[in-house]
Amino acid sequence: MPNEFTIKIAGEAGQGMQTIGAVLSRLYKKAGLHIFANQDYMSRVRGGNNFFQLRVSEKPVFTLRQKADIVVALDKKSVTLHKAGLSDKGIMVLDRKQSGILQADSSFFDVALHEWAVSIGGSDIFINTAACGVMAGMTAIAFEPLGEVIREAFAEKGSDIVEKNIKVAKAGYEFTQGNFKKKTFSLKAGPLKDTLFLSGNEAIALGAIKAGCKFYTAYPMTPSTSIMNTVAHYATQYNIVVEQAEDEIAAINMALGASFAGVRAMTATSGGGFALMVEGLSLAGMTETPVVIAEVQRPAPATGFPTRTEQADLDFLLHAGHGEFARVIYTPGTIEEAFYLTLKAFNIAEKYQIPVLIMSDQHLADSYRDIEPFDVNKIKVERFIITKEESQKVEGYRRYKLTESGISPRAIPSWIEGVIYADSDEHTEEGHITEDASVRIQMVEKRLYKKMAGLCGEIEKPTEYNVTGASCVLLGFGSTYGVLRELCEQSGNALGFVHFPQVWPFPSKETNQILKDAKKIITVENNALGQLARLLKRECAIRIHGSILRFDGRPFDLEYVDAQLKKYS
Amino acid sequence: MNISDFKSNDEIAWCPGCGDFGILTSLKKALVALGKKPKDVLLVSGIGQAAKLPHYIQSNCFNGLHGRAIPPAAAAKIANRNLTVIVTTGDGDCYGEGGNHFMHNIRRNVDITVIVHNNQIYGLTKGQASPTTDPGYETKVQTGGVILEPLHPLEMAIALGCGFVARGYSADTEHLSRLIIEGITHKGFALIDVLQPCVTFNKKNTYEWYGKRIYKVNDDPAYDPHDKTAAYQKACEWGERIPLGIIYRADKPSYEDKSGISRMPALVETEINNIDIAPTFKDFR
Repeated sequence: MPNEFTIKIAGEAGQGMQTIGAVLSRLYKKAGLHIFANQDYMSRVRGGNNFFQLRVSEKPVFTLRQKADIVVALDKKSVTLHKAGLSDKGIMVLDRKQSGILQADSSFFDVALHEWAVSIGGSDIFINTAACGVMAGMTAIAFEPLGEVIREAFAEKGSDIVEKNIKVAKAGYEFTQGNFKKKTFSLKAGPLKDTLFLSGNEAIALGAIKAGCKFYTAYPMTPSTSIMNTVAHYATQYNIVVEQAEDEIAAINMALGASFAGVRAMTATSGGGFALMVEGLSLAGMTETPVVIAEVQRPAPATGFPTRTEQADLDFLLHAGHGEFARVIYTPGTIEEAFYLTLKAFNIAEKYQIPVLIMSDQHLADSYRDIEPFDVNKIKVERFIITKEESQKVEGYRRYKLTESGISPRAIPSWIEGVIYADSDEHTEEGHITEDASVRIQMVEKRLYKKMAGLCGEIEKPTEYNVTGASCVLLGFGSTYGVLRELCEQSGNALGFVHFPQVWPFPSKETNQILKDAKKIITVENNALGQLARLLKRECAIRIHGSILRFDGRPFDLEYVDAQLKKYS
Repeated sequence: MNISDFKSNDEIAWCPGCGDFGILTSLKKALVALGKKPKDVLLVSGIGQAAKLPHYIQSNCFNGLHGRAIPPAAAAKIANRNLTVIVTTGDGDCYGEGGNHFMHNIRRNVDITVIVHNNQIYGLTKGQASPTTDPGYETKVQTGGVILEPLHPLEMAIALGCGFVARGYSADTEHLSRLIIEGITHKGFALIDVLQPCVTFNKKNTYEWYGKRIYKVNDDPAYDPHDKTAAYQKACEWGERIPLGIIYRADKPSYEDKSGISRMPALVETEINNIDIAPTFKDFR
């Protein structure tokens, strides 16, 4: 495999695949290489079979390959499970003695991970660093940077632990240098760049912090929970209250209460939790209270596959909530988009006084990539409230004052001399309950038509690549961005793609314009119905030639989409 | 400030003679006595007859969803601790639909006052049993009489360690307004369950019925609301004699104290225009 290789570290939950993954990611990043990493884990804390996969390349990478060039099998089960997933010349790194594997195989590279860990480190917990030493050796990385990464990773645990880890890693490294003769996995180190390495969920969390979210509340739900963990990690530093709610109903209602009181608020969940939030979503629409909700999808219905990926909640999010009101749905496709669109979500939610949804999925949530540091000036925090200073002059305040834009100036309770009434019943401009038919019409127009008209002018444009030149154009939203991009880039000019970072309001005009001369249009979606294709038919009346659908809970990879595409050639 | 400063122009939709009027009067009196300004008070409600109350008083109002009054109230207080946050809710809204929030917000202990208009019946949906309807009471749904055990809010609140547990009676506005003053002054979650006759749908628990049974625990100088066991016994009393007053008190740190937000400027005052997240980048390098 030229210019890149894929490593898969597999074992039982609790064996430390993530630790190895984190150390190796840092190591290759230090070597100036590019990384796309993702995790495949079962819904259990111990046992089962999980893996951490790293694609390392001389060029930036955005997605996965189907086959691994190196599998590090930490238990016997992993050897059988992942044998078929090895590439043609792939190597299975294993500790035959420890795993009890008697037969030999030309793909095996037998390493005494357990023995080094116990004899040098004094405990089998050092197996992970032994494996890191082996990997550095196999991929022709000098030992010094590995030493540095280990020092950084274990610094908090004290110098004794650091030194033991380094010794164990060195044993693995030296053994490999002496015994692994292939040069297959040697990449050309690039210039050391000041990049960040983070996941989609971490990017959403940083976006929220930057956007001035001061109240974050959620009920833990995989795969959304690491957003809450990340915000909580920085909560003290940034003066944010993170409150674990008793259920998702409480979470959204608390977010709305905090927002009504004047702070930027957010919640996150997955499909099942969002189902509980739906009445609250409608409340946000009716009371015109800004809120940002991240829905990190996993396969459903019901509990589904808690730790796996799917994009089947598109229809649900488009239609969630009783009644008709304006909303925005962003569908970030990269770590960068996850950050910037979260920032934009807070601005738009506040400007239009509506709920804004960030629809992600487990694949984006748990995938890591090296990226340029965020441009913190790209999207500024814009406030759309009556400031404390301006509040002094406010008289005769009406919370739902009718305006051209449908947006009523938003005052903050206690800042103005007057009072503010917000109501879930249909209400007058003052916010009092009414059953007047003409007021009803005006309020529906305000919340729906007028706000939607404004929102249509702020749509996040679709990303297009080689649409006019291509014989086939692939369409996707959310986490499929990476696979579409790389597939198109490697196709020469045969393929083009359109990625939608926003699906509501749908960019109908732009899409019709982009696709007007497209020869063949195929959607690529992690769901069974082809929900994006159906949305396009509704909103653009565009003929879709087919959909490549995947709903086994696993993310797309380059080879998978490529193979499916053959059906359409 | 006086009572007229809290007068709302919204037309009242309660039945004539409804116990809710007494609660409205008591609340206004309490706010005047405490010297509160309408702009500094936030009333939060869900759905039901009790939930209409915020419209009938000049103050800020967030009238949300059925059963969901407490979560936005707690969060609004967290967002702006300078607000006086009061929930006006009913036995259906608070103990039925919103039971989970009732329990967990006692644990959360944000400094809010929860006034439950407990008429032991569903008014807005026209007469079905509520969680506190007396067993045996016949309704259009519970045709053979209520067979479920009633929920005992005061016992529950004491068991959960609520720092302020009181019961008032809507017809005794002097007493009730004093309870509301104490509840608002209490730093933490304060529960005031208010016996409130429903003149249309509850033909059992009438003004006359309550009038014969109620007595004030705090009239007895020996009664110590800090004694949890005694308070629990008092809370269990129902039937021939029904205790009113501050049943249980416990001094404990509020959410604001424990989370540290009481020592910081109100969250809503935080400047957010130029938050520098660059210092976090080192964790991702």
